[in-house]
Amino acid sequence: MRIFSIICLSLIAYCATAQVRLLKLDELDKRIANGKDTTYVINFWATWCSPCVAELPNFEKLRLANLKKPVKVLLVSLDFKSKLQKEVIPFVQQNKVNAEVFLLNEPDQQQYIERIDKKWSGAIPATLFVNKKARRFYEKEFTETELKNTLLNLK
Amino acid sequence: MKRLILMAFMLISGVAFAQTEGYKVGDVVKDFSLKNVNNKMVALADYKDAKGYIVVFTCNTCPVAKAYQARISALNAAYAAKGYPVIAINPNDAEAVPDESFQKMQALASEKKFNFPYLLDPDHIVTKQFGATKTPHVFVLNKTDKGNVVEYIGAIDNDPEEANTTKVEYVKNAINELSTGKKPAIASTKAVGCSIKWKKAKYNLATIADEFAYIA
Repeated sequence: MRIFSIICLSLIAYCATAQVRLLKLDELDKRIANGKDTTYVINFWATWCSPCVAELPNFEKLRLANLKKPVKVLLVSLDFKSKLQKEVIPFVQQNKVNAEVFLLNEPDQQQYIERIDKKWSGAIPATLFVNKKARRFYEKEFTETELKNTLLNLK
Repeated sequence: MKRLILMAFMLISGVAFAQTEGYKVGDVVKDFSLKNVNNKMVALADYKDAKGYIVVFTCNTCPVAKAYQARISALNAAYAAKGYPVIAINPNDAEAVPDESFQKMQALASEKKFNFPYLLDPDHIVTKQFGATKTPHVFVLNKTDKGNVVEYIGAIDNDPEEANTTKVEYVKNAINELSTGKKPAIASTKAVGCSIKWKKAKYNLATIADEFAYIA
């Protein structure tokens, strides 16, 4: 019985946190490298960034339109790590975000900004389209149509 | 119709221009006069004994700016007496974000006992001169015979959440170097911050651009 309840509790804890995982850039690079023909649309956002929050539904539409294609939408939050439980997870639950959500677990902005793209000023929203052949970075807000076209034109 | 196309062109070129304006390292800063939370006007020239300035674009509401509030106060406490005072400017438009109002700035400054001026920049004039794009965004100036020269642009440090074990304090280092007559080894850095909340334009740019695309 005790073991059972421990398993239950840990399952509940797992589900509660499973929605938003911490992510290192090394892990992201590995995932892209192992992604075969998958194109990753990686949006950098934060709960406090209003234009980011406003464009999130466009990423959900892109995800739904490409469910059967080798396309993955990843939402990488730049919120503080200390806000994971209090702000990021509740936000994801309340807004029923279905794409994979991560919180970037890199302490040094200077390093990770440069690593993601040399031209990036650090402003968000910003989005990276990447597969094994192409890598395009945009420091801008996207409409639904722009997302669709950028994905289509990625070479 | 022709006028509309012309207008669209002007707007587009205006936007393109807006993205490239702003001070670069080495530029001389034009002085300004902005209203402080105590209702008095503040200009760089008021600081007769200053050797330079730490100009910080910061605001009331941005979580990143809030995380840096105590560090901005500490910078002023450490460096004002050495000739490098902090001058904080709120670049946000209070109509776009009501919590950025002058009254809320006054409340924050008294609650947090700001020991430096916290200035209002209505219409973003100084913000655009500097080319600030987010909060917090720092410009370290060095007073010379030519005027106040920009010597560093960027972040306060590389540790917004105070969790980086390899912390580098860019602004402190820059001032320490300047005060010994050297140029900052790191003259510009990048950082994640909150975008500036601009005053809403009278024309909706997106609508005009759409219209332009339709005509073309």
